[in-house]
Amino acid sequence: MRHIITAVCVAAGVVASSASSSAHHGNAAFDTGKELALDAVVTEWVWSNPHCFLKFDVKGQDGTVRNWTAETSNPPDMVNRGWNRRSFKAGDRVTVTVEPVKNGSPVGRVLQVAFPDGRILNARGGGVAPARGREGAPQ
Amino acid sequence: MTRVGFATAAALIMFAAVAFNQEQVVRVPGAVYDADFRSEKPGPAPRRDLSGIWEPARGPGDAIGAQGAKNVPDTGRPEHQLPFTPEGLKANLANKPAWGPRAVASALSNDPQPTCEPQGWPRIILHNYRTAQIVHTPKQVLILYQFNRKWRNIWTDGRPLPKVDDFLEPRFWGYSTGRWHDDYTFVADTVGLDERTWLDNVGRPHSVEARIEERYFRRDAMHIDVTITIDDPVYYSKPWVALDRLPLRLQPDTFDIREMECSPSEFARYTKELAEPAAGVQNTNPR
Repeated sequence: MRHIITAVCVAAGVVASSASSSAHHGNAAFDTGKELALDAVVTEWVWSNPHCFLKFDVKGQDGTVRNWTAETSNPPDMVNRGWNRRSFKAGDRVTVTVEPVKNGSPVGRVLQVAFPDGRILNARGGGVAPARGREGAPQ
Repeated sequence: MTRVGFATAAALIMFAAVAFNQEQVVRVPGAVYDADFRSEKPGPAPRRDLSGIWEPARGPGDAIGAQGAKNVPDTGRPEHQLPFTPEGLKANLANKPAWGPRAVASALSNDPQPTCEPQGWPRIILHNYRTAQIVHTPKQVLILYQFNRKWRNIWTDGRPLPKVDDFLEPRFWGYSTGRWHDDYTFVADTVGLDERTWLDNVGRPHSVEARIEERYFRRDAMHIDVTITIDDPVYYSKPWVALDRLPLRLQPDTFDIREMECSPSEFARYTKELAEPAAGVQNTNPR
């Protein structure tokens, strides 16, 4: 059983490492392969270059609230995955899955965000791939 | 669990992981890739023509070199070790990349690029070869890059490359000349590169003596294959191939190249609110 768990971790690492290849500011600070699913209240969605980031409050078991900051790739990469500058607004209740940093700060890399209605925005390999043939100005 | 059972379980899980990942195909809106035309038989290559809008043929992530030049990423494996001279090895060790086996937290890196400094040539494509448009004029080939919205000009009017000496002003993008080797192969050389730039994302250095060859092979009507060779006798004992026949696919001429910029003020906020807490430091980028 221990071997199966090891294999799952290795497989997760394959997905995680390929997923993060488009982010261009390094992996060294991140606890690669670790995932945290956080019940969150969005405080700000920062659509910026060369990285977007989501800020959100998470209430701990002791009732204290920490404000997290988690990065994504750049705006055009996120558009490729179905995100946009109005994907979130302050007050949205979502579940944010992050790859946290190693040092315990409330900082990480967004892997996905799930909405109460079941919608999921994926920050990993991809999301909805728009059908080919939609040439012209970006939507 | 038996050894065979474990191996089978591991293989199934790995397959599922890879298959899952492959389903998550990222597509630049409006772009077309080779996978869209599996039974295609492209027409013949036009003579002496690179013009058009080009996208990595296998998908937008195909030409992202996060771990270093795509042909020799810094994996620590022997086949990816570069032929450093002692001086080159010293320069390499002085660079502190945020990627690869020697990675440090991005806030502790001395990578010149993330603070929106010019990446220069050839790092712009060894790091992040995104969409690019090639334009011919009577005396130049112009290449417009989506990544960081930069452009280069390659002179084709027969002028020689400048001599690299103390009087030549180093440039982030160097001095480039090009010519048609045959009707389907365009070869350009670049010299005079500013030593402050890195060759790739893992801090491979170059000296001011570096000469970069880029070779564009117009394979057929829909494709160009790009090869980049680094020749720097100060830092490397022999030339090495950084990009080996990377296929690009021609896009519709109505394709809109979207902005992919680096904003210094937005990056400063990213550094303060994310990169510095991630590294446990403060005020690394007091912009």
